[in-house]
Amino acid sequence: MTAASSRKLIVLAAIWVVLLLAPYWMAPLGGYTALATRVLVLGLAAMSVNFLLGFTGVLSFGHAAWFGLGAYGAGLTLKYLALSTPLAVIAGMLLGGLCGAILGTLLVRRRGVYFAMVTIAFGQVFYYIAFQWSSLTGGDDGLRGFARQPLDFGLFKLDILSDANIFYYFVLVCFALVVGTMGFILRSPFGRTMIAIRENERRARFLGIPVERHIWIAFTLSCFFMGFAGALYALVNNFADPRGLHYSQSGDFVMMAVMGGMRSFWGPLLGAAVFVVLQDYLSSITVNWMSFVGLLFILVVLFFPRGLLGFFQRSKA
Amino acid sequence: MATGNRPWSVNRRTILTSGAAIAAAQITSPFIITARGETPIRIGLVDPLTGVYAAIAQGEVVGAKYAVEEINKSGGILGRPIELLVEDSANDVGTGVQKTRKLIERDQVSFIIGDVNSGIAIAMAQVTSEKKVLHIVSGGHTDPVTGTSCSWNVFRVCNATAMDANAIASTLIEKFGKKWYFLTPDYAYGHSVQASFEKVLKAAGGTSGGSLVPLGTPDYSSYLIQAKAYNPQVLINVMGGGDQVASLKQFVQFGLDKQMAVGGTLFELESIRAVPDAARIGWWTMEWWWDQPGVPHVAEFNAAIKKITGGAATARNWFGYASVQTLALIANQEKTLDAPKLARALSGFKLPPQIALQPGSPSYRAGDHELMSTVFVGEAHPPQGDPDNMFTVRNPVPGEKAAGSVEETGCKMQWPA
Amino acid sequence: MTLLLLFNITNGLIVGAFYVLMALGLSLILNLSNVINFAHGGFLVIGGYIAYAISPYVGFWGALLLAPPLTAVIGLVVERVLIRPLYGRDPLYSLLLTFGLAFMIEDLTRFIFGPQGKPFAIPAFLAQPLSNELFFITGYRLFMVAMVFVAIALLFVLLRYTRLGIRIRAGTLDLETVAALGINVRLLRSLNFAVGIFLAGLSGVLAAGQLGLEPTMGTGLLMPSFIAIIVGGIGSLPGTLVGGLLIGVASGVTAVFFPAASEAVIYVLMAVILLTRPRGLFGEEGMMG
Repeated sequence: MTAASSRKLIVLAAIWVVLLLAPYWMAPLGGYTALATRVLVLGLAAMSVNFLLGFTGVLSFGHAAWFGLGAYGAGLTLKYLALSTPLAVIAGMLLGGLCGAILGTLLVRRRGVYFAMVTIAFGQVFYYIAFQWSSLTGGDDGLRGFARQPLDFGLFKLDILSDANIFYYFVLVCFALVVGTMGFILRSPFGRTMIAIRENERRARFLGIPVERHIWIAFTLSCFFMGFAGALYALVNNFADPRGLHYSQSGDFVMMAVMGGMRSFWGPLLGAAVFVVLQDYLSSITVNWMSFVGLLFILVVLFFPRGLLGFFQRSKA
Repeated sequence: MATGNRPWSVNRRTILTSGAAIAAAQITSPFIITARGETPIRIGLVDPLTGVYAAIAQGEVVGAKYAVEEINKSGGILGRPIELLVEDSANDVGTGVQKTRKLIERDQVSFIIGDVNSGIAIAMAQVTSEKKVLHIVSGGHTDPVTGTSCSWNVFRVCNATAMDANAIASTLIEKFGKKWYFLTPDYAYGHSVQASFEKVLKAAGGTSGGSLVPLGTPDYSSYLIQAKAYNPQVLINVMGGGDQVASLKQFVQFGLDKQMAVGGTLFELESIRAVPDAARIGWWTMEWWWDQPGVPHVAEFNAAIKKITGGAATARNWFGYASVQTLALIANQEKTLDAPKLARALSGFKLPPQIALQPGSPSYRAGDHELMSTVFVGEAHPPQGDPDNMFTVRNPVPGEKAAGSVEETGCKMQWPA
Repeated sequence: MTLLLLFNITNGLIVGAFYVLMALGLSLILNLSNVINFAHGGFLVIGGYIAYAISPYVGFWGALLLAPPLTAVIGLVVERVLIRPLYGRDPLYSLLLTFGLAFMIEDLTRFIFGPQGKPFAIPAFLAQPLSNELFFITGYRLFMVAMVFVAIALLFVLLRYTRLGIRIRAGTLDLETVAALGINVRLLRSLNFAVGIFLAGLSGVLAAGQLGLEPTMGTGLLMPSFIAIIVGGIGSLPGTLVGGLLIGVASGVTAVFFPAASEAVIYVLMAVILLTRPRGLFGEEGMMG
């Protein structure tokens, strides 16, 4: 085993230890478990955005739409179809992913700034649908009247509804599943191809790679992951509302990915942690927190474009 | 913890964060009020301090802070000082819920107040009833808060939309006629106001048409064109905040004010201030008004608020004030912080005149926990004398009369075993 | 019914003209600098509030004359300090930066002027409807449309007949060649950005008279302009013009039949157009990279 790969393993182990013990170290530091859960869910969303942005080089600025659809999918399932948490998560993932897959076919021929613009606009379509279809979605007041259900394993029950720590671990298991899938895909030949497209699309095309199809698959996968994260978000709040689909939410996700470091797998999670904690903290101490968050955006773009991880890695080298 | 500072050291590790935090502390005055004494009792207030409701939300904060100051001067709650922790819900349900959890789980607040946005208020109520924390909805108006979604631990200071609509509907019918056109924002609040109005109108044998307008619509001409085609006697403008300002401005610019009356439920002082003189018209309800000659304590409260904000006290200032005062009064009366006990005591609790600041002593109705506050029906006009004298109360309607019966609200109160 | 429809089509054109003004500025910046300016709505707010702040001293007409150039100066500073370092980098960065900038502008506006909306009075003779029949055409709205046309005409003259304009157009088509010809591309981009922000500032003053002022007003007006550009075809200014008018009419007409969809209809329109003409109505081949 080389030094580099053993270091990688140590880092990976450290990440999981930190995540596993979060409910125990957060409270003494002034945090609270619900915040850790939120970081995990939004981090998963940021990693899904980055699956496309960081590894295929395609900038979607409307990904919140799939996130929000996931939330509605989960909420509507719990409210109208079945009182089952796993089913709700699956339904949310399918709703977000399938809608993304369909619209993806319209998008894949565009690149760069145009891709971003069209994704924003299509994302807003879903925002308005959620906003206007109030008989189904509750409109601006949001979808309520559902709650995550305890997990029944036959032999024992896990009360994820009222015990914040148990719910955290439920989310962590879901998170591990999706992140594992992501890692697996990125290591596969398909994942290598994605990176090849990012590095040089023209060359990839000359090599006979069907670039459009690959981008569409990557986009669709990322929409499924996003829907999954959105479904978890609905469970966190026991609520779904249109703002989860709005383009400003997409902006937050992209920011998390960039701030953490979009060329690294774990960067977006770090970005989400910093972003969520910072926003939580700033908005408690000043009503003008928006200025500071805006300033953060500007500073990161100007001075840390490679993100926190990129910055550390470079200064190490 | 004991000093009232809120330790949060994780993010201090990054240079950026602490830089921002220091800058934040220097540039802006933090909303946290540190009270003297050892173990303060904490009250959490969640309101949309940024976004479209920022003005009215910050109005509630001013009132709440003033109440805290007063209470701490006179001995606090159970001899302990109180501390108000204000959190911004950013007009977002997820954020509002998260902030509520944070206040309850980490900051260990004894009470929760908020939110201006009814959707957030109801989502917060899910959390507060799960955690068994006494919760006062200061300024979210939709009926379900004390109706179908009512809860043993949730009380409301501001009126239900039905109360406002019931109070003014008969006045509008008497003065202008029974043919109405609604300009209604297309979400739960708007639907519920329109439904209340239609009920009264139908009973009186009137007719109506209407447009459901998407929230945040900047241009109302299409809707006003339809309104004019319907040729109503009254245009009922249910729009809120900036939407109401824009729609009224355009209503006047189109000269429609010369062809039909305009009115509705809320036209808050904050909104009247935001329109030019020409659009300061129509018949509306105020849920509290600063100019009540002959009613004790009102002038003092108004003067105190004026010292802070520079303007007359608004209904929102009073909502924040009354919410905090209610909590202090009931806790001191019952000598406990136990939420179920306090909630039982609050059911039917009468606000004393120095807190009610209106004729009579309104009470929190036992059946639905709605404060039976007077509805001030009156007329908006350009300033007369005082720059904030832009509304004249014509007909104060007692809360019980406006509210209808508890059965009508659809509230079935469930108490914890 | 036909009369109502006709009313709403006219009315939609008026509303659309306003979107056009916003969208043209956005489009100019996008075409030359490859920057999606999310803060465009923010600059609109700045324009409106500057007008509000100076109108007690210079009156409505003075404010109308002064606020747009003042906004453009602020835009120029922003471009120099914040945007310039990002040219040549992934468009992602300028997108995020202007996104954050929009946050800051909204918050600082609230910090300086307070969260409460502000009234902005317009001259009394403009605040009248033209006739009882055509009551929705007020002097002010007509004036707005006139201003839009003046702005478009000036922009046309600028782009067509001045050296700066010809260079901007050339730069839009092929920036590398323009640079190779020894033209100062940095200056070109700065001036182009300033022109775009000038238009945003003008929209702000005009919107203030129509809607009043609120710190949050920029965001709501930004999206229709986006759609106008996409519908018209990215890269084409005439396309933006047609796109803006089209979505104005579409939402005006929809408001008659199905008000709930009056906002969503512009997105539907966009989807339909993108399905049939993937590059928008006037989008040019090759502009999509």
